[in-house]
Amino acid sequence: MARLLGILVAAIAVTFGANWLLDSFVDEYVVRIINLCGISIILAVSLNVINGLCGQFSLGHAGFMAIGAYVSAYFTTTLRYFDEAATKYVAIEPMFASEWGFVPALLAGGLVAAAAGAVVGIPTLRLKGDYLAIATLGFGEIVTIMITNFEKVGGANGLPGLPPYSNTFWIFSFVVLVIMLSWTLQRSTFGRALIAIRENELAAEVMGIPASRLKVMAFIYGAFFAGVAGGLLGHLLQTISPATFNFMKSIEVVVMLVLGGLGSMTGAVVGAIVLTALPEALRDVESGLGLPGIRMVVYSLVLILLMIFRPQGIFGQKELSLKLLARLLPGKKGDK
Amino acid sequence: MLPLLDSGVTFEAILQQVANGVAKGSVYALIAVGYTMVYGVLQLINFAHGEVYMLGAYFSYYPAKWLGYLPEGSEKPKVPLLVIGGLFVGSMAACAAIGMLIERLAYRPLRNSSRLAALITAIGVSLLLQNGGQMLFGADPKGFPQFVEQESVNLGPVALANTKIVIIAVAAVMMTGLHLFVQKTKPGAAMRACSFDMRTARLMGINVDRTIALTFAMGSAMAAVGGVLVAMDQPRLTPLMGLLMGLKAFVAAVLGGIGSIPGAALGGLLLGVAESVVGTWSTTYSEAVAFVILILVLLVKPSGLLGKSGREKV
Amino acid sequence: MTALLETSDLTIRFGGLTAVDTFNLSIQEGELFGLIGPNGAGKTTVFNMLTGVYLPSEGTVHFREKLINGRNPVQVARMGISRTFQNIRLFDELSVLENAMTGAHQHSKLTIFDSLFRTPRHFREEQRQRDRAYELLEFMGLEDRAGLPAKQLPYGHRRKLEIARALATEPKLICLDEPAAGMNTGEKAELSALIRKIRDELNVTVLVIEHDMKLVMGICEKIQVLDYGKTIALGTPGEIQNDPKVIEAYLGGD
Ligand SMILES: Nc1ncnc2c1ncn2[C@@H]1O[C@H](COP(=O)(O)OP(=O)(O)OP(=O)(O)O)[C@@H](O)[C@H]1O
Ligand SMILES: [Mg+2]
Repeated sequence: MARLLGILVAAIAVTFGANWLLDSFVDEYVVRIINLCGISIILAVSLNVINGLCGQFSLGHAGFMAIGAYVSAYFTTTLRYFDEAATKYVAIEPMFASEWGFVPALLAGGLVAAAAGAVVGIPTLRLKGDYLAIATLGFGEIVTIMITNFEKVGGANGLPGLPPYSNTFWIFSFVVLVIMLSWTLQRSTFGRALIAIRENELAAEVMGIPASRLKVMAFIYGAFFAGVAGGLLGHLLQTISPATFNFMKSIEVVVMLVLGGLGSMTGAVVGAIVLTALPEALRDVESGLGLPGIRMVVYSLVLILLMIFRPQGIFGQKELSLKLLARLLPGKKGDK
Repeated sequence: MLPLLDSGVTFEAILQQVANGVAKGSVYALIAVGYTMVYGVLQLINFAHGEVYMLGAYFSYYPAKWLGYLPEGSEKPKVPLLVIGGLFVGSMAACAAIGMLIERLAYRPLRNSSRLAALITAIGVSLLLQNGGQMLFGADPKGFPQFVEQESVNLGPVALANTKIVIIAVAAVMMTGLHLFVQKTKPGAAMRACSFDMRTARLMGINVDRTIALTFAMGSAMAAVGGVLVAMDQPRLTPLMGLLMGLKAFVAAVLGGIGSIPGAALGGLLLGVAESVVGTWSTTYSEAVAFVILILVLLVKPSGLLGKSGREKV
Repeated sequence: MTALLETSDLTIRFGGLTAVDTFNLSIQEGELFGLIGPNGAGKTTVFNMLTGVYLPSEGTVHFREKLINGRNPVQVARMGISRTFQNIRLFDELSVLENAMTGAHQHSKLTIFDSLFRTPRHFREEQRQRDRAYELLEFMGLEDRAGLPAKQLPYGHRRKLEIARALATEPKLICLDEPAAGMNTGEKAELSALIRKIRDELNVTVLVIEHDMKLVMGICEKIQVLDYGKTIALGTPGEIQNDPKVIEAYLGGD
């Protein structure tokens, strides 16, 4: 545990330094993409615990994000809305009005999302495979529809004016946290139990592994970090709306996982970076070619071809390590 | 939150919504059969099916526009019934071809890999058609030429637009026709055999590949009918129109019992009516009805109203 | 003395088919018990009812005088019944050692936070599982392959790994479903010895389904014969071999 704490402190210190460097010397646009990559990593690594390790195919991650984003915004943002009864606009001052309130607000968002994760996890006890996928997708849609109906947070028009608290430091502190915790989870008796459930649920249960409880746990864990990521994204974009978290967003995260290799945490990290940075890079290509929309067409084609020719993703279920990298690099085999 | 019953909604108003719901549900039913037939045979949620419906609408929009019946004209053009029929047939044929093409290129190579891979591919095809559609057709909504003047027809306690009556009638005829085809003809029997047990069907000399292609073709043609009907009723075509429609139609298929054609019809109608009735109070909440129904059905009776349930052998 | 496992008029129907019909079974602690019968007789279905996988239509199962009906597989496993599967169900992506370790998971008292934050308890538990799993791999003669992914294991070894994994749950009763299927003569002889050792050295009661008559007759002290879901004979190997009804069932069956 002491070692773990050491790594954590060191990593956060590095993040702090990196934040300062980026802010001082690097182009704002690039910093923004780096920050978006960080949020994607949190999403992909947390979804990997549900979809990759535990094998429960969830398409509801955006729903958890939405909950996290709105709950955290509720604590940090001035809400202005039209009060029907008083027939006038009113404003509610935020509960946490300073930057010190950011982390508590994020955690609150994560916790409410985790509670939702428990609720969504329960249907998974009865549903498998594509039925589960559709049910979780339905959950995500229900969340956005509820928000659309919630006028205090702006309804369909969205909620503007979130304070710009998200920065590289906070985002990457959570990146470090989610990677470390997912790693320790994966390499423990619980990680093995989750994989056992994925590989053969009946055999796992007959071995006394409480599959139902662990599946719900995986959902709670994944939902918590999705909620935090939602909060981080909200305070980065500064405006959120139900459409920010529609089911395309869930699919994006799934595609990140699939690209990296479902079940591989490092794969999830790589997938998240590639699929966040690449579309941004392609934006220039797109306007250069004068073919607006080609970017997304290519994106979907790549997804289809990937599934047909390499359904296991880039890394399969392996973790990227120096050893694997050495093996993949050409000309290095058997060198002494 | 949800305004309750005392908000002055009359019984007549609800009856009217039921009638509207039947029309809406007829379209769900037309699309739901495609999901149900494909799932019955391949155990695949053909995510791209909603996009086939979208294409069905566009495939009738362009010829209609080309024929010169533009909505801007102040005089309502007189359109021979034959031309309208032609639009339907043309769109059905084009969608059938697209459906078979999708199956051949994207799904067949994956028939022996994991169901997850197939599901993700289906999502990919759906995205491809949405984004391709946005490039080809443009993202702006298109108005369909008004062939028939919309007028309200009184049917006892309720009034229904003539286009909605056409929707209900056409859907009823098509669904009945499909049901008879599957139950009474030889290719229909092959479809049933494949969905019962594909391996045995193959051993019995059924051409499985051809039967699957036929399943896709027929499902897609039915979706095309839905697309053209909706385009004529509510002329507002967008490349994303298939997304929510497809999801809801899938819910209808699950509600009715996946694999069952009468189930798709029943599920479609029930969903349409439920949405419309809830819509009397809140239109946004009516959008949530489908998903609430979905989760409830999956929890209470995953095999749906008319589906068969089976126990996994160990 | 009361029996370790006792079923009373156990019956299960699938639609119109009565797969197991008023089945009575009584196993004493420390017995090596055989359950045989032609294909489709209902043997695996009996296992499924004993382990909470299927809910019986009628009748009861008692294990150490506690009722099993209505409990789910996890609860049954925790009561001390473990099993292997006729169609092997290993966790393919885990290593051989990790497969065996999953059997020991249920006895851990860790919370998820112990593992997430790597408390000393976490390391102690990992060590305990690893040691126990390794012992059982040694017991089954699989220790050389501990690091191999389970999917790369040859067929005969896969069946043995399933047994090791089941033993890692520390059961009182282990149910083996056709453990010798697909093995050659040499492997079968070795397996016979292992099954005896499971009973004699680990003190686990054994219930075994097996089609190989030589193996069953060689190791079991008592054998019950099922045909079309009904018991047609019960006795020592010698009695079973000479029972005309058993001979009839096997000859008439095919
Ligand atoms: N889940 C189920 N649904 C329907 N029928 C089933 C189910 N499980 C078993 N059966 C039927 O019950 C009967 C007994 O099957 P069981 O697998 O128990 O036989 P068995 O004695 O183990 O045969 P074998 O030696 O071939 O393994 C068979 O007719 C089988 O088809
Ligand atoms: Mg059997």
